[in-house]
Amino acid sequence: MLEIPVVRWGKPYESLETTEVTHFNTNEPIAKVHSANGGLVTRDMRTAQKARDTLRQFSCKQLIDMVAKAADYFENEELPMGNGTQTADDFVHQQSASTGLPQHMCRSNMKKNSFVMRNMTEILDCLTRGLDLEIFSRGYGMEKRGVVVSFQAQTPVLGAVLPSNSPGVHTLWMPAIPLQMGLVLKPGSSEPWTAYRVASAYEKAGIPKEVVSLYPGGHDVGGALLTACSRSMIFGSQKTVDQYAGNPGVQVHGPGFSKIFLGDDCVDDWEQYLDMMVESVYINGGRSCINCSAIYASRHTEEIGKALAEKLGPIEALPPENPEAGLAAFTVPGMGQAVWDMVKGDLAKDGVTDCTADYGDRVVELEKASYIRPVIARAASPECEIASKEFMFPFATVVECPQEKMIKAAGPTLVGSAITNDMKFIDQLTDATNIDRLNIGPIPTNRLNWLQPHEGNIIDFLFRSRAYQMPEEKVAELV
Amino acid sequence: MSTIDANLEPAIAAAKERLDQHTVEIVHRHFHESTGCPFWLEKKKELNFDPLTEVKCYDDLKKFPAFEDDWLRGGPVERWVMNDYKDKPTYVFETGGTTGVPKSRVVVNDFREDYEIFSDTLPDEYFPRGGNWLMLGPSGPRRLRLAVEHLAQHRGGISFCIDLDPRWVVKMLKKGWMEQVNEYKKHCIDQAITILTANHNIKCMFATPKLIESLCEGLEERGMTMADTGITGIFSGGTEFTPQWTRFCVEELFGGPAEESGIFMTPTYGNTLMGLACSKPVTAAEKYKISYYAPQPRAVTEVVSFDDYNQYVGYGETGRVKLTTLTPEFFVPGFMERDEGEREMPFETYPWDGVSGVRPFHEIASGTTVGVY
Repeated sequence: MLEIPVVRWGKPYESLETTEVTHFNTNEPIAKVHSANGGLVTRDMRTAQKARDTLRQFSCKQLIDMVAKAADYFENEELPMGNGTQTADDFVHQQSASTGLPQHMCRSNMKKNSFVMRNMTEILDCLTRGLDLEIFSRGYGMEKRGVVVSFQAQTPVLGAVLPSNSPGVHTLWMPAIPLQMGLVLKPGSSEPWTAYRVASAYEKAGIPKEVVSLYPGGHDVGGALLTACSRSMIFGSQKTVDQYAGNPGVQVHGPGFSKIFLGDDCVDDWEQYLDMMVESVYINGGRSCINCSAIYASRHTEEIGKALAEKLGPIEALPPENPEAGLAAFTVPGMGQAVWDMVKGDLAKDGVTDCTADYGDRVVELEKASYIRPVIARAASPECEIASKEFMFPFATVVECPQEKMIKAAGPTLVGSAITNDMKFIDQLTDATNIDRLNIGPIPTNRLNWLQPHEGNIIDFLFRSRAYQMPEEKVAELV
Repeated sequence: MSTIDANLEPAIAAAKERLDQHTVEIVHRHFHESTGCPFWLEKKKELNFDPLTEVKCYDDLKKFPAFEDDWLRGGPVERWVMNDYKDKPTYVFETGGTTGVPKSRVVVNDFREDYEIFSDTLPDEYFPRGGNWLMLGPSGPRRLRLAVEHLAQHRGGISFCIDLDPRWVVKMLKKGWMEQVNEYKKHCIDQAITILTANHNIKCMFATPKLIESLCEGLEERGMTMADTGITGIFSGGTEFTPQWTRFCVEELFGGPAEESGIFMTPTYGNTLMGLACSKPVTAAEKYKISYYAPQPRAVTEVVSFDDYNQYVGYGETGRVKLTTLTPEFFVPGFMERDEGEREMPFETYPWDGVSGVRPFHEIASGTTVGVY
């Protein structure tokens, strides 16, 4: 069986504890993964500065080129994986088997990750607003407009506690290496694949292996990583978000509560936007924080709910190898039913209509796993609890709400797509601090432009912009 | 399934005979009107057998209904005091209690006796007689603090201790106040390092695994190692111990096994209801496997089937840990611990069953906050 060790600054470490990554439905073992303990992380982080020092021996440009090469290796090559190797197809099959995600989605997430690796120059150019990367490398430099600026690295490494169920999020930590920061990753328990494969591709592309650490393990490992790395990201539930709120060292990625707002000027033409709404709710199995969980409109909500239900309600749970499969499995036994029980409770409340009620049972139980088929609800007002819910399957509530109350009622929104030409409404949306990414026009919430920052610009997270004064002769040397 | 070494059989039989005899004596004490405590004398009326005549060996304890830990909650605490101990100075120790009423155990002398027995297992080379101790563990209404203090005194030393309220730590963890948890941990470690660097000739220590780790980190931040503190012997316990952690501790925190680093650590397993189970020597050759053996006949640990708590699992197989306490002042027949593990075979030092791989019982593990200090 494939055996995957802990990796401590590039060196494999065989732990006395291992866990098995198993097939989501048959429980058949796929790999044995060694588990770190929290103390290993804490101990290794004492030498984290070495990772940055090593990477600073290369220019950002050189590292970007290596990452671009790694993109090809990641997407196409047979790469070392633990005590064996892994082809691109193996990767897709293994990831699908352990996460319950359809294979075509694994493949598309793989392409998304390699796209980001391949286009790092453009992405960093946008994230830095066009600054010369040498400024980040040296800590100071001359901006194009002739002003000395300083961006001070706040950490030698970026830590990340990665999820098990969303292989698309890995794009978020990929800028670290080109910015000359090491990577300290805790892979998700059922998705070690991406982190290990990227590390393998990086090494093959010439990035020194001693700048990457991989610590599979339990909660103590995640806790140690977040404490020991001065900048880290974590993916989790609302509880995780609340737990780390206000901690400047931790960037939390939790539920997105992404939404579509139909302005009063466009809502009568809602049928034109139906496909965009369907895509926003359904794509990627409805699992992403960028999937739409609520559609706000001041009228036609019953018709919108009915039309979405007609499109999404009949969707069946198909095997992961089926290219038409659109749903991802809940891999924890009993989880599908438990989630459905919560949804059912919300659907039964006053003012709520279950638009998909006529499309058959929603829960599909397999041997060890389960699926929930798409659910569309209609809420008579934003006060209905279901209006502010998000679940890990294609789910959305069509919320009836006057336009003037939409922004306040919407609450935290990772992606807001506003279908309107009403400039006053657009201005209000632009000013709304509860909306993170804003799309003006019928842009599906899931369609991210990689040249825009996601949930906080990673540059702002990893670097601090500060004053830096120098004598004129020194400034002249920078020109 | 492995089989027991035939050479051990006489020792095993002798231990079994001793346990049977001890069981009868202890049951007599606890159910005789002149000596028993009010709780058991009252409970006796509900039993469908007479413990005084129908308990003739250890196995007869199966006649008792499962011990419910709720019986230990709330007062009056005197109902647990043996009738012939009424005039003796009595302690009460608590376990749990972050929310709700904690479980209480009254003690007259048990903790002293348990730790004196444990003392005999400590190598003098690393736990020198007359050396002073640091108790780096929970304070408050817990048995551990006084027990370690007694252990130190019994070995001719003096024990220092710190303030550590584990109930507050559990509350902080439940609230997700991780920053404050870390600050509190630092506060505890600061107290420890202050004592260790104040010329008190401390040679021995009790510490939980997490606090050993934090102490080593705290020392390293100050440019010191555990060896620099002068500590040579550590007995550890209180929370879950894993072979991986033990290896990490020995190899990376201490800098090697005792022969190289000069620091000897012995894991233990115990709680307020029982004495202290010692571990078989933990070695790299055995992949740091930790097997515990209860201080029979005063306490017995058994590994039983998850489906039938009166049925042993085979050697090497997994089951739930069942604890029986049989001391002159406390009787607990068949208490189901919150732990599971693998049944281990007897060996020369402890010719009775042991348990290895102890970890939280899988059915309740997810809802329990363990290993907080």
